[in-house]
Amino acid sequence: MLSRVADSLYWMSRYLERAEHTVRLIDVNMSLMLDEASTTANLGLERRWSRVLASLGRPAEIEWSGDFYQLTHDLTFSTRSHAAIVNCIAQARENARQVRDELSSEQWQQLNRLYHTMTAAQREVSSYNALTSFLPTVVYELHQFQGVTDSTMSHGEGWQFIQLGRYIERAAATTRLLDVYHQENIDPPNGAAVGYEFLEGAGMLRCCSAFEAYCNAYTADFTPERITEFLLLNPDFPHSVRYSVDCLRSALMAIGAKSGLRVADELVRVSGRLQASLSFVDIEDVLSQDVGAYLSSILQQCRQVHERVFRLYIQYSIQTALAMS
Amino acid sequence: MSANTGMDTETGQSRLFSDTEQFRNSMLRKYVLDGAYDEMFSATGETRPQYRRLLDMFARMPQEEIERCKKAADLSFLTQGITFTVYGEEQGTERVFPYDVLPRVISNAEWTHIERGLVQRIGALNMFLHDVYNDGRILADGKVPREVVYTCRHFRREMRGLQVPRNIYIAVSGTDLLRVQSGEFVVLEDNLRVPSGVSYMLTSRRVMKRIFPQLFRAYDVRPIEHYSQLLLATLRSLAPEGRPEPTIVVLTPGIFNSAYFEHTYLARQMGIELVEGRDLVIHDNVVYMRTTAGLKRVDVIYRRVDDDFIDPLAFRAESILGAAGLFNAYRAGNVTLANAFGTGLADDKAIYAYVPEIIRYYMDEEPLLNNVETFLMTNPVHRQHTLANLDKLVVKAVGESGGYGMLIGPQSTAAQREEFRQRIEADPRNYIAQPTLEFSRAPCLMDGGIQPRHVDLRPYILFGDKATVVPGGLTRVALKEGSLVVNSSQGGGSKDTWVVND
Repeated sequence: MLSRVADSLYWMSRYLERAEHTVRLIDVNMSLMLDEASTTANLGLERRWSRVLASLGRPAEIEWSGDFYQLTHDLTFSTRSHAAIVNCIAQARENARQVRDELSSEQWQQLNRLYHTMTAAQREVSSYNALTSFLPTVVYELHQFQGVTDSTMSHGEGWQFIQLGRYIERAAATTRLLDVYHQENIDPPNGAAVGYEFLEGAGMLRCCSAFEAYCNAYTADFTPERITEFLLLNPDFPHSVRYSVDCLRSALMAIGAKSGLRVADELVRVSGRLQASLSFVDIEDVLSQDVGAYLSSILQQCRQVHERVFRLYIQYSIQTALAMS
Repeated sequence: MSANTGMDTETGQSRLFSDTEQFRNSMLRKYVLDGAYDEMFSATGETRPQYRRLLDMFARMPQEEIERCKKAADLSFLTQGITFTVYGEEQGTERVFPYDVLPRVISNAEWTHIERGLVQRIGALNMFLHDVYNDGRILADGKVPREVVYTCRHFRREMRGLQVPRNIYIAVSGTDLLRVQSGEFVVLEDNLRVPSGVSYMLTSRRVMKRIFPQLFRAYDVRPIEHYSQLLLATLRSLAPEGRPEPTIVVLTPGIFNSAYFEHTYLARQMGIELVEGRDLVIHDNVVYMRTTAGLKRVDVIYRRVDDDFIDPLAFRAESILGAAGLFNAYRAGNVTLANAFGTGLADDKAIYAYVPEIIRYYMDEEPLLNNVETFLMTNPVHRQHTLANLDKLVVKAVGESGGYGMLIGPQSTAAQREEFRQRIEADPRNYIAQPTLEFSRAPCLMDGGIQPRHVDLRPYILFGDKATVVPGGLTRVALKEGSLVVNSSQGGGSKDTWVVND
């Protein structure tokens, strides 16, 4: 497979995953906001939305200006910010357009439709109510694209690069979210109202579509430790960091096998270490150490995997490649 | 709407439509016959045999049914994303190619003649290129003046003495034909560099089969679907020696090129990689593409990038569309490009005037397809005639295409004619003149009725082991009433072309 094509598929997938995560964060926080009594301090608007921005890695060009609607609208539709959902989807489509001969026509049509839905909404959505009812549509269409991808594209190398993009983005996003909430737990807001923990715990799980799955595993008993355990180490839930890393690694193995003779030792090592740091620990191990440092190291390793992939398959040096061929 | 029963009971003749009947059938109310050759009706108003079933079917079809079919065709093009790019527009740069659902029908007898004529012509032009880039016999014999060849913008001195596989320069071409008043097909232009449009030919056919299966069955239409396979076989036959399992790729300028859809389509149909210049690496005169499994050697490139832009080291240095060093790899014989470099020489508009002579010279035969009469401005007699008749002729700059640098005499102002007079006198080599042509019209579905519109025909010729023309081609239509411009950027569309066994 052409390196450029692999690169486009990988980024298409990352951008779509990023869009989905952003939609969910906005959606969940808009809904949580409604349960906050205006009199008691609780989290407060500023703190809530700053937390959202932190979870998204503090996107450039978007800042808290005191108006939550403006912020959510910007995060969804602003053409100035790369992180805005509309731009993530436009980027994904642009990547797809460059490799149209590699995608199934169903995939292309679905992505195209999503893009047009998004740009139409960009023109039309101009109120809080409209935004709230629009956001679920995006998630729905994104899920549809994933379904179409899995059922119409052959699961060869290109599909593995799509998997890789999706899960590396997801692993990093969930880790970042855990990290931000972890800071929060060290320093909870003063005078938090009854039910605060429930709401915030449930909210965090919802940000990862994990509410129901968590309840199935632990019942509706929300403790920070269990939530962390579930989102970080659960081996079966598709948004947990461990699950994402498992998938990421199996995509890497499949790509390594397909691309034949390439020496991927370093990538095997880096991704293997990342997987091990999630598979062979239990939550007590994690919580007994510096959790922030642990999460940072996960993020750091994800970044390393990305760089190694790029150097090995996409932008390798000609000299090395000639020496090997 | 009155249905036509096929047999005219009043006159007892089996002729379906006559002048009077045209008015009886509401579909044909606006169908005008005049001086131009009509593809469906003879000069006396009789339906030509190959159009009888088509007209019969459309005359019976209820209006709503026709509308439904037209909508289905439009939708099919839209969802398949069969689009072309309009330059210079920011939003919505992708447009659906305008399409007419009535097929253009050509009888097999007519087609056989076209086919033989094209094979003869491409064969001769190919020999001409080989000769000019090697021994130059035709120049020594004075059949084509040296100065015309050497002053041609697309003449590539770099190609002198270079041996190309099988001596094939023009592997893929598409020749523009017009049908003139007499009913004869003449050649308007040879497109020997990177002709486009073949994907529209292939996708139109697919859409037609879906929409009019019944009509399709009623005719014995010769298939064209094997074009991609033939193209692949042609490219394979041109692989450098010692590469029995050649890697073949399509080279595209990229997503912003107006024919990008076609590039992806052909790559997909042939099952080969679609590469851009940045995917290629040339090392030690060998071309590689960057893949996830490392560098992979490339043997044959079906290039859709012009000579000028294909190698910044050999040609235009500012080009970012090509791959540096490609030409040297080609010279070294490590890679084949289709088409070869320098084929633009043979479709230069001044060389065009010599093509009949070129055919006689190499084939020792009379040309089967004639040229449009062409006046060369370098010839004093021709020039004098042209300057005296600027209001009746079409003047074209030789290096331009797509309707640029043209004077259409009958539609010009005195000032424009004066401007061209000066231009011609200043640089006669750069201009030719041709009579204004009244070319044929074919029936099209317009606002619920059938009306005639001007059409041309571009068949596609492949030349590897031997020259092959798939039966059909791209029929381009000037959709505006009275218009002679078939370019898609200026209100032109296309229709499916059926070559039918009689």
